[in-house]
Amino acid sequence: MTRPPDGPSPLLLDIRDIQKRFAGIPALVDASLSVRSGEVHALIGQNGAGKSTLIKVLTGYHRKDAGQVLFEGKPFEVHSPHQAQVNGISTIYQEINLVPLRSVTENICLGREKRRYGLLDWNAMHAEAERLLSRFSIGMDVGRPLGEFNTATQQMVAIARAIGFSARLVIMDEPTSSLDEREVGVLFGVIRQLKAEGVSVIFVSHKLDELYEVCDQVTIMRDGRTVRNAAMEEIGKLELVAAMLGRDVAAVEGHATAFGERDRSRIGDVMFSARGLGAGQAVRGVSFDLRRGEIAGFAGLLGAGRTETARLVFGADRANAGEMTMEGSNYNPQRPADAIVAGMGFCTEDRKGEGIVPEMTVAENLTLALLPKISRNGVLDEQRQREVVQRFIRELGIKCSGPNQKVRELSGGNQQKVLLARWLAMNPKLLILDEPTRGIDVGAKGEIQRLIRGLADQGLGVLMISSELEEIIEGADRIFVLRDGVSVTELEAEDANEEKVLTAMAHGTSASSEAAT
Amino acid sequence: MNRARLVRIIGTYGVLIALAALVVFGFLRYDRFLSFYNVMTLLRYNSMFALVALGMCFVIMTGGIDLSVGSVAALGSVASALASPYGIVPGLAAGIGAGLVAGLINGILVTRANLMPFIATLATMQAASGSALLLAGNQTVSVSYESGFTAIGQGSLWTFPIPAAIAALAYLTGSLVLNYTGTGRAVLAIGGGEDASRLMGLRTDRVKSLVYLASGGLAGLAGVILASQFGAGQPIEGVGWELFAIAAVVVGGTLLTGGSGSVVTTLAGVLLLGILFNVLNFENGMGWISLSAYWQSVIRGLFLLTVVLLQARLTRRRLGAL
Repeated sequence: MTRPPDGPSPLLLDIRDIQKRFAGIPALVDASLSVRSGEVHALIGQNGAGKSTLIKVLTGYHRKDAGQVLFEGKPFEVHSPHQAQVNGISTIYQEINLVPLRSVTENICLGREKRRYGLLDWNAMHAEAERLLSRFSIGMDVGRPLGEFNTATQQMVAIARAIGFSARLVIMDEPTSSLDEREVGVLFGVIRQLKAEGVSVIFVSHKLDELYEVCDQVTIMRDGRTVRNAAMEEIGKLELVAAMLGRDVAAVEGHATAFGERDRSRIGDVMFSARGLGAGQAVRGVSFDLRRGEIAGFAGLLGAGRTETARLVFGADRANAGEMTMEGSNYNPQRPADAIVAGMGFCTEDRKGEGIVPEMTVAENLTLALLPKISRNGVLDEQRQREVVQRFIRELGIKCSGPNQKVRELSGGNQQKVLLARWLAMNPKLLILDEPTRGIDVGAKGEIQRLIRGLADQGLGVLMISSELEEIIEGADRIFVLRDGVSVTELEAEDANEEKVLTAMAHGTSASSEAAT
Repeated sequence: MNRARLVRIIGTYGVLIALAALVVFGFLRYDRFLSFYNVMTLLRYNSMFALVALGMCFVIMTGGIDLSVGSVAALGSVASALASPYGIVPGLAAGIGAGLVAGLINGILVTRANLMPFIATLATMQAASGSALLLAGNQTVSVSYESGFTAIGQGSLWTFPIPAAIAALAYLTGSLVLNYTGTGRAVLAIGGGEDASRLMGLRTDRVKSLVYLASGGLAGLAGVILASQFGAGQPIEGVGWELFAIAAVVVGGTLLTGGSGSVVTTLAGVLLLGILFNVLNFENGMGWISLSAYWQSVIRGLFLLTVVLLQARLTRRRLGAL
């Protein structure tokens, strides 16, 4: 009955005019989305545009306030992810939502166990898990706990689980954010297979190139509304970005990142250097120098040891080989406190887990590390706290209702700014930024990038880890490529290009060495 | 790889090794340690604790805790003593029923009212204790010796103590449920990540309610055995049982944070603690030294700490190797 007049394949999902408020604040105002059978449909928008909320409404995690959902032509009312699954909608959430302590098999088969004589048939379940994973050309011991495998493998397991439910619609919320290029290729292969089988896919991603590679159709959301729906081939990248940002096409033309021009003259002498750093298997010989006013970029595949090296520098883990010097003297941090005293700051990759305290306010989060400095005899000097907080909200352009808003309620980009501000308030000499723009929308990303460049121009040494090639190549003054825990190449920004960096990252790395232990 | 495997095996089955070592020690040192009488007495006495620990094991695997088991057992013993004149079945039903009611309340408080398990079961613990005293009129309640009720705690199947047989059956069922049913796997998944489990489509509230219900029922059953074994419903018994059960579960290698655990090693944990007590008694009997009950408590505490520390080290190394 909902056969479209124009298209060949029928409409599988038709979402109309969904509204959803959280505590009175509208998250979805007028969200619509139509997906045909066997279609790969991109859903894009800045952070806070309402993509995740829309997905959670669809899967029964949240209840909608108004609007209509038709699935296979019939009204679709589910009240739990379980019901959605049973009815043919399977979801892979942005943060991997599996249970690391349990085995791969359990993670894949939970909720649709195979039984024999009423009891679980482990052999059949292991076989099923292996069969599903074989689509991804992953061979693994499915009896081992999921947590023993690296993030990319876990992501693959999540996807294997989702498609194992013989779903008619698979929703993937940023499935590629933790995958390397080869793995993304494998995933796309699977998506095409699903498509061939008539399964529809909703694909959420911030990476535009990926959309053009696999998607047929795109829906763009902004501020809780659906603002554009188009065939992928009919819409240009620039147009996409413009629609997401709600700006003119002209305004987003130019560089892929917003770091701006380098000013080489600001780069000073060597401030920090590491020689032959090592710790266990993850880091096996990393050497680099960092100068004042310089942004040093760490490039490398997942598991190359970039974050691990940063943790050694910051004293979060201890090195068992190599030497470090900070400002000419020996530096051997035993704990992060030592690194902070030496003038370092560290914005972690895991913003939610290790960075912000979501339930605390902007002001509290911002001054967490600063407390000893703005307290007198152990009593917080609220006047000084207010000054510091106001200054950084202004300088970094943190968008919040005020210092007392909970950080949980801020967008990813603004949370990142709060984290940055927390370290900047300490007046550091060296700042380590691990994936500073991951999971942040295009607009806020540019702001963060400009901010980083500005900080370096003021004389701060920045060590930036990024998985985005453009960010490294356009942002860093000097690039160190890590591979399998070893720093293999050093490139001056002027000599660097994508090909050189990619070659250094890929050369000699074997995919199997990525697998855990 | 092989080393990692070995470490994992020790981490999981360390309690079995400790148990074997303690048994060998007792056998070599004390003449009558492995005597038929001693073994059967040991099994008979510890079966109540085993039942309570089994329920606790499931609750802890979901990441929860049930502090109410001790007073629920006391309540169960009083209820079953009061019903004992009507026979075995009414006695059993009254005790288990009282436990199930307590468990149901715990489940509702945790899943519907969204209370922390610690607080919810602490409240139930107080309430059950008070109910037991009220029901018993503030004194022990003699059981009927005519109805055959005492067989549950004192009788034997051929020569095997009935309460131990009940516990064995419960553990067998528990092990099957944990390893071979979807519910069992869901228990572990919820403990390993409740939100993730919910998003995976598991019915987390139902499973959680179920473990508290089971824990209550098993505590009630332990209460029936208590009344039957000692001939009276005892409203003030059960103090500290929850701690014994938690200790046995943890010594058995089940993570207190949930998500990983085993029924078999929990039983080993119960036996380990029970036998340790037994060994200390034998040691006193040797006449070389005389350990007061207080010293015995200190020694048991230290022993527990040692086992848990060892286990924590091994587990951390296991997880640290990720």
